[in-house]
Amino acid sequence: MPETLVFYLLSAIAIGASALVIGQRNPMYSVLLLIASFGALAGLYIQLQAPFVAVAQIIIYAGAIMVLFLFVVMLLNAPQEDAAEWDRTHPLRRPTISRFGGLLAALLVVQLAWALLSARGVEAPVGAGAVADTGSVRALGRVLFSEYVFAFEATSVLILVAMLGAVVLARREGES
Amino acid sequence: MIPLGHYLFVSAVLFAIGTAGVFLRRNLITILLSVEIMLNAVNLSFVAFGRQLGTVDGQIIVFFVMTVAAAEAAVGLAIVIALFRHRESLNPDAFTSLKW
Repeated sequence: MPETLVFYLLSAIAIGASALVIGQRNPMYSVLLLIASFGALAGLYIQLQAPFVAVAQIIIYAGAIMVLFLFVVMLLNAPQEDAAEWDRTHPLRRPTISRFGGLLAALLVVQLAWALLSARGVEAPVGAGAVADTGSVRALGRVLFSEYVFAFEATSVLILVAMLGAVVLARREGES
Repeated sequence: MIPLGHYLFVSAVLFAIGTAGVFLRRNLITILLSVEIMLNAVNLSFVAFGRQLGTVDGQIIVFFVMTVAAAEAAVGLAIVIALFRHRESLNPDAFTSLKW
């Protein structure tokens, strides 16, 4: 079945690229690998009959947010994580605390596995009894501008505030 | 057809990877990237559930999550730039004092 094969291929790319993002020491490689992961996720969205989300994923995430990250990585020009003296002697580096963090991480994995194993009805194929029109931009836009219109307008205010905040925060001190 | 559980499994693995990145990495930019991975894992869950239930609400929530992620990235990176100007470091442990 080509559909199943494509799903497993895209999932493997998404998971592998995300794992490599965490493993890289150079942030530049991390950003580029994350773009690959987002591309694979866009393929998964297309498989889920959500073409608008797939295109928005490519344009907004891979096109806008990741370019912003790339600009900052190149602007700061600090590729390596530095292991300074205060880093090794930091109180968070004590073995008791790092063991506690490892315990919390193991707890998260156990909880996720438990939730997935005990969930009912997840074996049904996705979209088997779904209405046909959930993927079209027309249906999406109709709901977005009727039911969610207040959230939509609030989001525009949020973006304006974020833009002003970014300009104010990144401004050099002494300029006014 | 792919079962819903497989999408949820991929989403859970991606979320765990993002959480591990936030806790393990010592670089502010990589931590912000890990937050983006977690947001994307949740987006995948939303779209899969929306497709399963036959509604467009999942996709609309994803649209809002993307917008909030863009705002968060802009403000977060501005904070990173401002911090780097002060300390010449991207290690979050370097910024433990409230005033310098």
